[in-house]
This record gives sequence, C-alpha cells and structure tokens, in this order.
Amino acid sequence: MTPRQRLWFFAVAAAGLVACLLWAFAGLPGFGDYPGPYGEAVLRVAVQQTNATAVVSAVNFEYRGIDTVGEEFILFAAAAGMSVVLRRLRKERETEPADEAESRTVPATSSAIRVPALLLVGPTAVIGWWLASHAQANPSGGFQGGVILASAFILVYLSGEFLTFRRLSPDALLDAVEAAGAGGFAAIGLAALVMNLPYLDNYLPLGTIPGAVSSSGTIALISFFVGIEVAAAFTAIVGELLDQTLLRSA
Amino acid sequence: MISTGLMDTLQIVVLAGVAAGALAVVRTRSRIRQVLALSVYGMLLAILFFVFQAPDVTLSELTVGAVALPIVLLLAIAKVGKPER
Repeated sequence: MTPRQRLWFFAVAAAGLVACLLWAFAGLPGFGDYPGPYGEAVLRVAVQQTNATAVVSAVNFEYRGIDTVGEEFILFAAAAGMSVVLRRLRKERETEPADEAESRTVPATSSAIRVPALLLVGPTAVIGWWLASHAQANPSGGFQGGVILASAFILVYLSGEFLTFRRLSPDALLDAVEAAGAGGFAAIGLAALVMNLPYLDNYLPLGTIPGAVSSSGTIALISFFVGIEVAAAFTAIVGELLDQTLLRSA
Repeated sequence: MISTGLMDTLQIVVLAGVAAGALAVVRTRSRIRQVLALSVYGMLLAILFFVFQAPDVTLSELTVGAVALPIVLLLAIAKVGKPER
C-alpha cells in the first residue's frame, strides 16, 4: 500500500467516524439534562430511609451495595494477583546491597522533602481515617479515605525511611487487615440473609440525627470496612513494588 | 452563589484544560516526565469533577489519578530501569 492509498483509506474511515459521531451527538440529551427516573426518586427518599445525609454514600453502600461488594473484590483480587505475580521466584534472591561504584557519593534525601513529608504523615492519616469513618455525612467514603490512609504510609517511604515503611506495614498485618475488610463487608451482607432479610439490607438502628456519626446503620459500618481494606490493599501494592525494585535476579 | 454565566465559562475553561492536559500526556516522550504530566492531568480531571459538582468523584480521582497511579508507574519504571533515550 502506497502512502497515498493509505491516506485515502484514512480519509474515508475518518469521514465515516465523524459522520457517526455527529449522528450520535445529535441524539444526546441536553447539557446537564438528566432524563432518568432514579436520581429524582433516590434524592426524595434517601435521607428519610437511611438517615445518611450524604446521598452518594447511601447509594453506594445501600441501594446498590451489591455492586460495591463486586468493586471491593476487584481491588482485593488485584492486590492478591500482584502478590502472586511479584512473589519471590526460584531464581531470585535478595542480596545485601553492594555498592558497585564506591567512589560515588549518594546524596541524602533532602530536608526539603524529608521534613514536609514527615510533617504530613499525621494529618494525612487523620484525614483518611475521618473520611473513611464519616461516609454517612460527607461526600467521601471508605474508598477515598482508604487511599489517603495508604498515602500516609507512602509519605513515610518518601521521606527516605524505607525500612520504617516496611516495619510499619508488615505483609502479615496488611494481608490480615485486607482480608478482614473485604470479608467484613461480605459478612455484613450475609448477616442480613441469616435474619431472613435481603442481602445487605440495612438492619442496624439508623440513629435519630441524620448525618451523625452513629446514624445510617450499616452504611457507616460498611464504609469503615471498605476503608481498612483499601488502605491495606494500596499499601501492600506499593510495598510489593518497592520490594521488587530492591530484588535482584541471581 | 455563582452566576450561571460565570459557571458556564468556568466549565468551558476546565474542559479545555483537560483536553490540553490529555494532549500533553500523549505528546510527552520522556517516561518520567510523562508520569508527572499524567499526575497533573489527574489533578485537572479532579478539578473538572469538582466544577461539575461531583465531590465524591473528585476525591477518588485526586487520590487514584494524581497520587496512586503515578507512584505505581514510577516504581515500575524504577524496576525496569532502562536508561532514558
């Protein structure tokens, strides 16, 4: 095919794509126009039904809770797959790091990075914990809170303290927390089945003040379990990758 | 309360910014710089979601797109470790 033929081929295909796209755009609802019935319905009943003032959390952890269980296990499977793929293979072994260029001087982690990173560890952990445990009142939830909690651990590594990072997050602990988080979510749903209710039915007392820490029954509890699962999974993924960069093929 | 006209302008500006950011990520050739561009792009997307009144998605995008994904990519590049062209 000569370049000229290829150009013609592209021109025809591109014209077809543009025509199809324009046709599709013409049939779209107007900008900001929401034609579906569910949004309106949920907005009207969510706060009375669940006592959660954050309707998105109510939708995520209650109305479509079973979807969220699936998403939870996607991350769980991804983290587990990562540990399997990055396990120590027979030909690999960890060696004492040997300096192959002894004359070179290694620059220490600059204080400009170390000090802010260490200062941010505490506040980051608090924000992550707060987001994960206040899903019923804030636009957040276990997922966002969990990732922020994990970044608190990553900040420890960024400040040049790799060994401290690994000591703070041993694999056995991460695995246990991850399993407890994912299993806890599934178990909350199963408990409803035991009580002869639909899976993930909100069977806990909803509290009296909408949006209070003690309100919204299972929504807040599920968010907490999602939070610890996500935090452990992300910390494990980063930890595995860090181990990999220090591992050598013998 | 922000007027509708101002909000529309803001939305157009942010959409244009995200389009420019996506182009910048694709056009960056050096791997490390590309990861940094991707991180900035994640930040732009987070601003987009915020302007379009989806604070939940903003938080997810901020944590995953601007922080977690770049870290995983940087670590992977460090492991592969071939010198830059």
